[in-house]
Order: sequence, then C-alpha cells, then structure tokens
Amino acid sequence: MKKQLFALLFALVPFTALAAGGAAVPYSMTPDLQDQASLQRGMQLFTNYCMGCHSLEHQRFARAAEDLGMPQDLVEENLIFSSDLAFNDQMHNAMAAEDAENWFGAAAPDLTLEARLRGTDWIYSYLLSFYKDPSRPTGVNNAVFELVAMPNVLEPLQGVQEMVCAESDRPHGHAELDPLTGKYQSCEVLQVTRPGAMEPEEFEEAVYDLTNFLAYVGEPSKLQAQALGPKVLIFIFIFGVIAYLLKREYWRDIH
Amino acid sequence: MGNPNRVKADSGIMRWIDDRFPATQMWQEHLSKYYAPKNFNFWYFFGSLALLVLVNQILTGVWLTMSFNPSAEGAFASVEYIMRDVEWGWLIRYMHSTGASAFFVVVYLHMFRGLLYGSYRAPRELVWIFGMTIYLLLMAEAFMGYLLPWGQMSYWGAQVIISLFSAIPAVGPDLAQWVRGDFLISGITLNRFFALHVVALPIVILALVVLHIIALHEVGSNNPDGIDIKEKKDETGKPLDGIPFHPYYTVKDIVGVAVFLFVFCVVIFYFPEGGGYFIERPNFEPANPLKTPDHIAPVWYFTPFYAMLRAITFSLFGLDAKFLGVVVMGGAIAILFVLPWLDRSPVRSMRYKGWISKVMLVLFAISFVILGVLGVLPATPVRTLVSQVCTAIYFAFFLLMPLYTKLEKTKPVPERVTG
Repeated sequence: MKKQLFALLFALVPFTALAAGGAAVPYSMTPDLQDQASLQRGMQLFTNYCMGCHSLEHQRFARAAEDLGMPQDLVEENLIFSSDLAFNDQMHNAMAAEDAENWFGAAAPDLTLEARLRGTDWIYSYLLSFYKDPSRPTGVNNAVFELVAMPNVLEPLQGVQEMVCAESDRPHGHAELDPLTGKYQSCEVLQVTRPGAMEPEEFEEAVYDLTNFLAYVGEPSKLQAQALGPKVLIFIFIFGVIAYLLKREYWRDIH
Repeated sequence: MGNPNRVKADSGIMRWIDDRFPATQMWQEHLSKYYAPKNFNFWYFFGSLALLVLVNQILTGVWLTMSFNPSAEGAFASVEYIMRDVEWGWLIRYMHSTGASAFFVVVYLHMFRGLLYGSYRAPRELVWIFGMTIYLLLMAEAFMGYLLPWGQMSYWGAQVIISLFSAIPAVGPDLAQWVRGDFLISGITLNRFFALHVVALPIVILALVVLHIIALHEVGSNNPDGIDIKEKKDETGKPLDGIPFHPYYTVKDIVGVAVFLFVFCVVIFYFPEGGGYFIERPNFEPANPLKTPDHIAPVWYFTPFYAMLRAITFSLFGLDAKFLGVVVMGGAIAILFVLPWLDRSPVRSMRYKGWISKVMLVLFAISFVILGVLGVLPATPVRTLVSQVCTAIYFAFFLLMPLYTKLEKTKPVPERVTG
C-alpha cells in the first residue's frame, strides 16, 4: 500500500508544471521577501514608473510601509504623488480606465495579483523583453507578450533594446543550441543598442526589485506565514511526540 | 425519575442530567463501551480525520462568511479583503481552501479502506450508503464553494459543469437554465450557490454524518481481517478482540491528528496554492464572461470523473456523445451505491480474497489515479484512448465483481483477529 501511495505522489510531480501554467519564459527569478531594501526599491520603481497607469487595488500604502519597514512620513513624501490618495488608501492609479482604452486600446490591468496569476518569472522576463519595433504604435514590441499595447516605460533606464542575430547563453525565441559551444544561436537575441541611465546588469537588478515587490504585493500574508509557520510546526511536532507517548502508555495493556 | 432503563450516574450533577438526558448512556454506547476491533491499522485513521476536516471547514467557513460579499461585483475583492485587511483572514481562508482538498484526500483514502477490507458488506450496507451520500453531497458542496471566489476558473469551471445538464435530451437546456437561474452564470447563480454552500448542504451533510456513525455503532466496526469480533466474547459479554473506543482509539487517533495537522500546516504555511492544484492560477483573475481561459480543468478531486466524461467521444443508439459522457460519469458514482450487492465473496477482507479480486482492486486504483491525471491535462487522441481503457477497467471492477468474487478460491478466515 505504501508503494502505491508513493507511486501516486510520484505520478503527480510532472503535472505541477502544467498546473503552474504558462509557456516557458527566457529568464527566471526567485523572490526574496526578507530583502527589505530590494522591496523598497521595487516599490519606488512601481510608484514612479508603473502607477501612472496600473493600480494595486487591494494593496494599501500603509500595509506596504509596515511590511517593508518604511516610516509614514517618508512614504507620504516620496511615494504618494496624488493629493487624492492618503496613507491608508489602496494604491489606485492616476489614469481613468476610459482614457486608457482611448489611448492604448485596453485598460491597464490591475497588478495586485499579477505575480500569482502569471508568476514572477513571467513578469521579470516580460519587463526585460521589450525591443524596438517601428511598426508598432508605441515603437516597441515584446518578445514575451507579442503585440502588447504597453510602451516600454522603463526605456529611460534600460536604453533601447533591439532584436539581433547573435550567440547567447539563454534560449531566446526559436533558439538552437550549438552543441560545440554550448551557446544558443538565434536571430531573436535582445541587445541594448543605445544605453540608458543604467548598465544592463544594473537594470536587471532594478527589474528584479520591481518583480520582487510585485511578488510581495501578490501575497503580503506570506511574510506572516513565514514568521508563524515554524512555530506552529514545532508545536505540532512536540504535541505529536507527547500524543504518541500517551498512546504507547495506554496500549501497553493491549496484546 | 426519568427512564429507568438507562445507565445512570450514581449521584451528583451527572445523575441530575442523566435523569433528564441520556448523557452517561450515550457516552458509554459511543465511546467508553463501544468495542472496536483491536487490530485497526493505518487505514483506520481517515474516518476521524474526515470528521476533523469537517469541523475545520465549518469553523473557518463561518468566519469567512463574516467578511465575504456574495455578489458578482464584490466577491473577488472581498476575498482579497479577507486575505489582507481581516486579522488572520489569510490563515482562515487558506485553512478553508486547503481543507477542501484535504477533505477529499482523507475521504478517498477512507473509501479505499472500505474497498480493501469489505467494510460495505452486510450488515454494514447502510453505513456504506450513508457514506456514499456524504461523498456525493461533498462533491456538490465543493463545486458550489469553488464558484464563490469568482475567479476565472471558478466561473468557467462552473460554466462547463452546469452545461452538462443541457446534454440531457428534451429537458436539458431548460434544466441548466433553472440551475443557473439565468441565461449564463451570473450574480444570481453566485447567490444561490452561496446559500446552498453555506446553509443547505452543510446541514444535510452534518445530519448524514450522524446517521453514518449511528449506523456504524449499531453494527460495530469492521476490521482488516473482515471477521466479526462479536462472535467471540468473554464471560462478561465483551468481545475478546474488542477494546473500548475511548480511551484506546481516542489516544491513537490523536496521534493521527498530529501527523495530519503537521502535513496540513506545511501546505497552509508554505504551499497554500498546492502547486496550482488547490488554488488554481487563473483564479487570481476576476471572472470575465467574455474571456474563456485557454484550458479549463476542474479541481483535482473531480478530474477522474471529468476524464470519464471526456472519454466518451462516440455516439451510440442515437444518443450523442456528450449525453453518454454524462451518463457514464453519473454511472461511475451511482455504481458505488450498489457495491454491497455486487460482492458475492464468502469473505470480506482482501486479505482472504483470491488473486482476481486483488488484481482487480489494484487495476481499479491505478485506473482511478490515471483518470485523475488525465482529467487535468488537455485531451489528445492517445490520452483519450488511455482514458477509455481506464474507464472500462473502472466499470469492469464493479460489473464483473459478482462473477469473480464468486468464482475465485478464497483463503480460510481466522477465528480471531490477527496483528
């Protein structure tokens, strides 16, 4: 019977990938909710570059301030730009949905749960995958999300990225692995051709911070769960040991 | 005073109560003098665990109801409100969502135990039928609860399942509309599902759990040897192989509870989405009737039956494939109800049945798991073929049972229970 149980568990393993959903994306990142500095920088990027269009309907400034270790006055001075928004409010955007439809053809989606819906790898890859495409109304296209309506708002930081034929360590688009060099040959490699305010590594870190912040926003309770989890498990373990000893004592007289 | 035939305490407050309510009598009948076989093994933990999860679902459910907004406009946001702004709301919500999956895990193992040791055989037919009814209602309860967070998969999962009613000839489309209360799934459907999920079904399930236990205690528990412990009694009339449920099985079940809670809490605190199986990714997007998700799959505990539904790809006797699929799916559950009358073996337990029964049970269990996996995946011609074979095995296990249980050679059953 035990073998059958293991077989059952084992059979389910490959399908977790399917349940997690989504196509393969070129980059991956692991969120670190303990890295408050990264989360703070991420929130700064979000309020400066994203919040004009995207809301975080379910996330309050106050909760983020508390969880990320930021004093109220600093948040009010540096992260709340609209006079309509107060410290305890949710992070509403500045753009009306109607205007968004007129300007971009679609309302900018709320991003509170984006990290849980699409996954952090997707967000991270998406933000790194804009490239120059003069045929698009925004002047850019995206290798992860074809024909996306969103412009590359981080371009001042990243610079202009173009799709070129080159060798790469990562499988971009329809890349083929060269077995001799171990590198990928592809005509879908993204390269910065005009530098922005940040070096490419610096920019990747900024995008990491922003994605990390969205991971936090998707599930703020994860911080509480991580803090409480070990205590609960230790308690149950000790309880289990005592329960077992009690059971053994009672069952001594059963033969 | 009171009923003189009752067992009563000698004096004091308990005596006062016993004269008015059979407290001592009930305590003895159901716990301290309910004799259970002493050879219960691993498989016997899941009954009490099912009760634990039921209590968990009811308590967390009550607290969720305090902050949930059962409307199409407010449901999704109110779940996030519970997750963020309600004190401990995230924990209560995860206990409830994980509890739903845990309920099916323990119930499936509990049912498998019944198959393994013949717990459905006479005189326990009603125990089995009450249990199967609980399982059926539990599926309805879970299905309706799944719509309430009003995510994309909630919405489209319900859409797919309710549309199954429309496959029934003649009355189908009207029936589906009657269930929805609207031309498509809407706030009206959400409201009625909320009422059924929170009030109607829990009441019926609780009543059936009481019936399940009363019927069990009337006939006594089966055991891994499938023999009757009441046949061998000592001079005071106690079964020789029986031990009082309390304290022996209460202390033993508490150990099971601790192990269960440990695993349960690991999921709640570290993997509340259950790898995308307990809470599915598309459910982090609010329901949108205009946007169909790429791939719609029911929650994992329904997938074996969903795979059987999809396995029927052909029309027969002028009935179309979709309707036949619904019939097969319904039949797969209905056939479980008549199981006590399909098994003609002279022995109850798999330990003493012949090799055909053993092979059939293993094939059945494997087929059920494969169907569960296939129900999650998008259909391909090969997968459809595999699910057709597994569906056939599922039904063969039951339909051929009267034959193979009668024909096969069984082993001699011991007089007294073994280890």
